[in-house]
Amino acid sequence: MTEAVQSAHDTSFVVKRTRLRKILDNKTLWRGIAAIILFILFWEVCSQSKVWFGIQVPWIGKIPPPSEVVVNWAEIVQHPGYWESWYLSFFRVFFGFMIAQVVGIPFGLALAVNKYFRDIFFPPFEVLRPIPPLAWVPASIIFWPTTELSIAFVTFLGAFFTIVINVLGGARTIDIQYLRAAQSMGATQWDLFRKIILPGTLPSIFTGAAVGMGITWEVVLAAEMISGGGQQSGGGLGFFIWSSYMGGSMAQVIVGMISIGIAGYVSSSLIRYVGFLSMPWRRLF
Amino acid sequence: MAAKTTTGSRKKAPAASGGRGAISIRNVTKIYDPEGVNVMAVDNCSMEIQAGEVCMIVGPSGCGKTTLLNVIAGFHSLTHGEIYLDDELLCGPGKPLAKQGADRMVVFQNGALFPWKSLLDNVAYGPMVQGVLSKSDARDKALDMLAEAGLKDVADKFPGEVSSGMARRAEIVRALINDPKVLLLDEPYRAMDALTKSIMHEALLEMYDRTKVTIFFITHDLEEAIFLGDKAVVMTTRPARTKKVVDVNIPRPRDYKLLSSEEFRILVEEAKDAVHEEAIKAFEAGERELA
Repeated sequence: MTEAVQSAHDTSFVVKRTRLRKILDNKTLWRGIAAIILFILFWEVCSQSKVWFGIQVPWIGKIPPPSEVVVNWAEIVQHPGYWESWYLSFFRVFFGFMIAQVVGIPFGLALAVNKYFRDIFFPPFEVLRPIPPLAWVPASIIFWPTTELSIAFVTFLGAFFTIVINVLGGARTIDIQYLRAAQSMGATQWDLFRKIILPGTLPSIFTGAAVGMGITWEVVLAAEMISGGGQQSGGGLGFFIWSSYMGGSMAQVIVGMISIGIAGYVSSSLIRYVGFLSMPWRRLF
Repeated sequence: MAAKTTTGSRKKAPAASGGRGAISIRNVTKIYDPEGVNVMAVDNCSMEIQAGEVCMIVGPSGCGKTTLLNVIAGFHSLTHGEIYLDDELLCGPGKPLAKQGADRMVVFQNGALFPWKSLLDNVAYGPMVQGVLSKSDARDKALDMLAEAGLKDVADKFPGEVSSGMARRAEIVRALINDPKVLLLDEPYRAMDALTKSIMHEALLEMYDRTKVTIFFITHDLEEAIFLGDKAVVMTTRPARTKKVVDVNIPRPRDYKLLSSEEFRILVEEAKDAVHEEAIKAFEAGERELA
């Protein structure tokens, strides 16, 4: 037994590499970089095929090459309007997402722990859940005085149902032995909730958050395209793409698309990072 | 109800030695009633466990041993009969479900350390949540007890970071810190390889010699039962009844050398036929395990 502990300690000395070295040695990282470079090259060649070889490659041949996109981008980043679109979309996503978390997590937990609550609220919840968020747009416009609030509401719905279903599922699958063990050690209902059900549900909460965040971006973008650049609430990356398309700049449309890709990646990285911080017991590997 | 094929219902006076944790199980029957289909898990089962005794319950998988443990722990109600702990009624007529309490601590089949707490916080949880000790006192005591079990160096690790053997040992420490009258162990070493198992056995024996807590230990491993127990109660296949009681009068402290001794072999042989017979019946019935 003591030997086992001893050897566990020894291994921690064996793998002592610097952080930088670790990153440089990471084959996965290099493969990823190579894949992206290859993809960009492929795109460039296909887009330029008409000019270079006289044949137009279907689909990709119709869009501007990355070199043109980069030039376009370099110009766009100097306009504050572009950054404002970023800000507006991010704000909408996080606003809708946060409200969905604040309402959805307690609601999901209540469904999980209280039978009466579940009996009353689960059936209507299940009827409303399959309705796609975008189907709520007309109702949302009637409900709320401003377009901004309408967008926020539709965004909220996008994340809310996913979050609730994940929290409910996570809380209901907590091993009953944890509850029994805690109860026989004298835990009260409140202790059970706080110390067993809540941490036990955390992984599902973060899964729900990751999926919900993805849906939120989709919904925000679509809502921005629909709402247009009206006086109350213009802008956003969705509107940026739509107006670029209307203005006939395909390169700018692609700038908008890649911007959304980056924004989505940043958002889900944030969620992963918060999950990493709040669930130390899941960092084992 | 079938006639008893047992010597297990002999009545003895509860231990007068001032020890605690004597369990008296009297004619207990448990019928599950899922949607009207009656399943009898335990049938008129009786046994007496003395204070400070290691009582091993041996029987084929799915025979209803765990049901009996769950009734004692207060996770399930009983249908007939009564169970006493130190002459106090735990459950019986008019009170089918025993109250869960820290006087009967369970160590579960699959391990139930909270994965989100370190071993130390797992062990400190009981006294803290009961308000017996302050947080820092509970942690101090937990660390002492983990150290006694040889787990001091891994006290700050999460259960997922240590071996199953260490986790199981920590779980026993988590039970013991509550100073229970009875330790209820539900096949705690089931999924372990033979070598780890033998280390776990010695650790458990060492712990028992220190605390002399009453142990109710479920297993389907006959050798484990004879090696650890003061007596081994062989159960019939479902519904569970006591079939045979083997008294193990081997002095303590015991160590692994006992496994190759003549008296150990004789006791195993004595119980083997009974166990084998029930295992065949269980196999032929092909019954699924009950919760």
